[in-house]
Amino acid sequence: MPIEILMPALSPTMTEGTLAAWSVKEGDIVSSGDVIAEIETDKATMEVEAVDEGTIGKLVVAAGTEGVPVNQVIAILLVEGEESVDLTALATKAPPEQTSETPESIAKESQKTESPAAKQTKQVTKAIQSEDRIFASPLAKRLAEQAGYALADIQGTGPRGRVVKRDVEAHQPSVATKDNRKTRKVAASGPSPKELADLLGTTYREEPVSKMRGVIAERLMEAKQTIPHFYLTIECELDALLSMRKQINEPGDVKISVNDLIIKAVAKALIKVPEANASWNGDTILYYDQADVAVAVAIEGGLVTPIVRGAESKPLTAISDEMKDLAGRAKDGKLKPDEYQGGSFSISNLGMFGIKEFSAVINPPHGAILAIGMGEKRPVVKNDELTIATMMSCTLSCDHRVVDGAVGATFLQAFKGMIENPLGMLI
Amino acid sequence: MAKQEFDLIVIGGGPGGYVAAIRAAQLGMKVALVEANHLGGICLNWGCIPTKALLRSAEVMHLIKNADQFGISVKGVSFDLSKIVERSRKVSAQLSGGIKHLLKKNKVTVFDGWGRLNKSKEVIVESDGKEIATIKAPHTILATGARARVLPGLEPDENFVWSYREAMVPKELPKSILVVGSGAIGIEFASFYNDLGVEVTVVEMADRILPVEDEEISKIALKALTKEGIAFHTGSVSEIVDKSKGDVKIVKSDGKKDDKGQSLKVDKVISAVGIVGNVENLGLEETKVQVDRSHIKVNEWLETDEPGIYAIGDVVNPPWLAHKASHEAIICVEKIAGSKDVHPLDPNLIPGCTYARPQVASIGLTEQACREQGLEVNIGRFPFVGNGKAIALGDTEGLIKTIFDKKTGELLGAHMIGAEVTELIQGYTIGKTLETTEAELMHTVFPHPTLSEMMHESVLDAYGRAIHF
Repeated sequence: MPIEILMPALSPTMTEGTLAAWSVKEGDIVSSGDVIAEIETDKATMEVEAVDEGTIGKLVVAAGTEGVPVNQVIAILLVEGEESVDLTALATKAPPEQTSETPESIAKESQKTESPAAKQTKQVTKAIQSEDRIFASPLAKRLAEQAGYALADIQGTGPRGRVVKRDVEAHQPSVATKDNRKTRKVAASGPSPKELADLLGTTYREEPVSKMRGVIAERLMEAKQTIPHFYLTIECELDALLSMRKQINEPGDVKISVNDLIIKAVAKALIKVPEANASWNGDTILYYDQADVAVAVAIEGGLVTPIVRGAESKPLTAISDEMKDLAGRAKDGKLKPDEYQGGSFSISNLGMFGIKEFSAVINPPHGAILAIGMGEKRPVVKNDELTIATMMSCTLSCDHRVVDGAVGATFLQAFKGMIENPLGMLI
Repeated sequence: MAKQEFDLIVIGGGPGGYVAAIRAAQLGMKVALVEANHLGGICLNWGCIPTKALLRSAEVMHLIKNADQFGISVKGVSFDLSKIVERSRKVSAQLSGGIKHLLKKNKVTVFDGWGRLNKSKEVIVESDGKEIATIKAPHTILATGARARVLPGLEPDENFVWSYREAMVPKELPKSILVVGSGAIGIEFASFYNDLGVEVTVVEMADRILPVEDEEISKIALKALTKEGIAFHTGSVSEIVDKSKGDVKIVKSDGKKDDKGQSLKVDKVISAVGIVGNVENLGLEETKVQVDRSHIKVNEWLETDEPGIYAIGDVVNPPWLAHKASHEAIICVEKIAGSKDVHPLDPNLIPGCTYARPQVASIGLTEQACREQGLEVNIGRFPFVGNGKAIALGDTEGLIKTIFDKKTGELLGAHMIGAEVTELIQGYTIGKTLETTEAELMHTVFPHPTLSEMMHESVLDAYGRAIHF
């Protein structure tokens, strides 16, 4: 039997993606582990590897095709001894819009099957299997499929929230993306900025919302609307840390940044105050065993938060190398989903922009985020005397459902302790 | 007399009103129901139910007359019309008593009298010209139903011209009847009297009988009923020439002068030309409630223009069917109660049934309606003659027709004619309500041998896959 190669789900929430490029062509012999294609999602590009050996019999989906549903057949692999004739058997699995690209014999075969729409339903069902089950009427599933909507984005109004025909018909995806309706809907109360600007004759440049911008909008809106935030600010003296860093970097073979040290300090503090290393899970709270620290990285058109996992037990050099690699690939859009999904805590550092102090929005599923301001020389009072020290203001945004005031404060004390007595980090 | 206060008042105790009262009581409301005549309304007392009892007698009669087809000899068959009518009345009485019990069980306070709104939106209940109560509630549902429409020159006189009421309780069997109107009511009476041996002529103004049904079904019905012995004049109107002699004249409805029409002598005329809403003497003129051609105007939530006043059933827009009234009752009450899971009624999800022999049942869009809406469709048909159970029953006339949207596979409509189709239509109704496509219907296993297998085959046929035909 020829083997079907399916559109992979790069993340639990992915329903479709762009088949950016094929690394193989029909007739190529591949073995397990060979890269065969590149898939793009809203956040990243990922390489797809062959799982079996064989000859590429057919590339079903053309390179550059957008919106390919998860689990759709994208290519067919022939194992030893099989001829391309065997492809006919699989032709019915190919979606209708692709039949025009298949050889004539295949196209004919698939047209003969009486109910072309039935096949589409099959794919929709397949596509949503990887997620939590979405209840939708058969007709709604088919209409969504035909319109290219992800069922998960459609608000169901049928019995028990089932997605029904009227919901699909009422669904209005924005021009740029079909995935961020919730965000749009909220923004649409009252006259839209565009309506207002047009009314007032204000000139502007209009750009479509990119997929990443749509996701950012949706997630941060959700975070601000559903997570009860509160904020705690602490001042840390940096001089000891800067002096230690100087010593570490002096030989010249490594270059540890202040940010690397902050990641380490956060990780150590999270292990010391495990109540702060937690996620709200609806009817339970998850307390994590290790400190997976996400770091916000600004990239063109938005930001991503790659994660340094188990940072508490990694040497500073490892954290430094990893962070350089992650940030570099984040900027190129080459992060894998498991490199930016999950985590328990994030750091956002705007110190390099001269920001003294700010508060950040929690990035679910994290329980808190630490906003780092710039380090600067300030007058401080020590032993009743005015003196100069390098100070840094840090503001912790806490999800009050998980982290109470006292817990957040205890965490900040532990963090401050690490920063001001940095040798503790190295143990 | 102290004013009694309630959460909800319902005026009218028919299939709209009593269902509204019971549902409201279930939701914890204190409910009053005002009924002037009989609980159960027209449906139960003078409509759906007693006619089904009459038609059952006609069906039994038909079977006995044709017993030899089944290898059974029956001699000396006769019937007693008064007993047929008596049975029909007993069936109604039994059910009306049942409603009384249900209302009591649900602690609904029933007021026997005529309910009318006053300026302060209270309801005055009158009996025998005397005010017997004044009741008050923040919400009042008008479920006052409808009555037979009267055409000029065709006024029921309890003698020569019958309305459905007289037609339901004949004292003696007429030899010949002219039925005016070929909607469900007209066709059911025509079928009933025809089966009892009366010479029946039906006149219909539209160009086909059962004009709301799919054209193809109308044609089959015309053929089948003509074969049973009923004479039809479509595209025609009738006119009474001389009541005392029973002279009537049938002319083409376009009124062309050169058409002399057909002169006919009949014993009785049954007027079945539609209904008008009961909107009089309800105090509506004291309110903002709008009435349009004898029916109360409501929005999709059954709200009238007067806040706190609602209307459901035959007194509002069509289709004028008992099950539509009952469903509106549920929607109206649940909306009042603030339920989130309530949606306006979709007219395409209301089945319609005619209990003649053959029966007719349908749901959703007709083929013509699909065409008018510019929908591309797949149509499936399966005839009774291809079904084993139908042949075994000796009922081989009929058709099941299904219509699907070509693009989406949505079941747009189903139209059936033949034995027991009124019991079959619910299968498609459930499917349609659950938003089925052809795929789920094709995957459904239908029991063998049943008439329902035709429902499967019709769907398969819409995609060129029927197995047995």
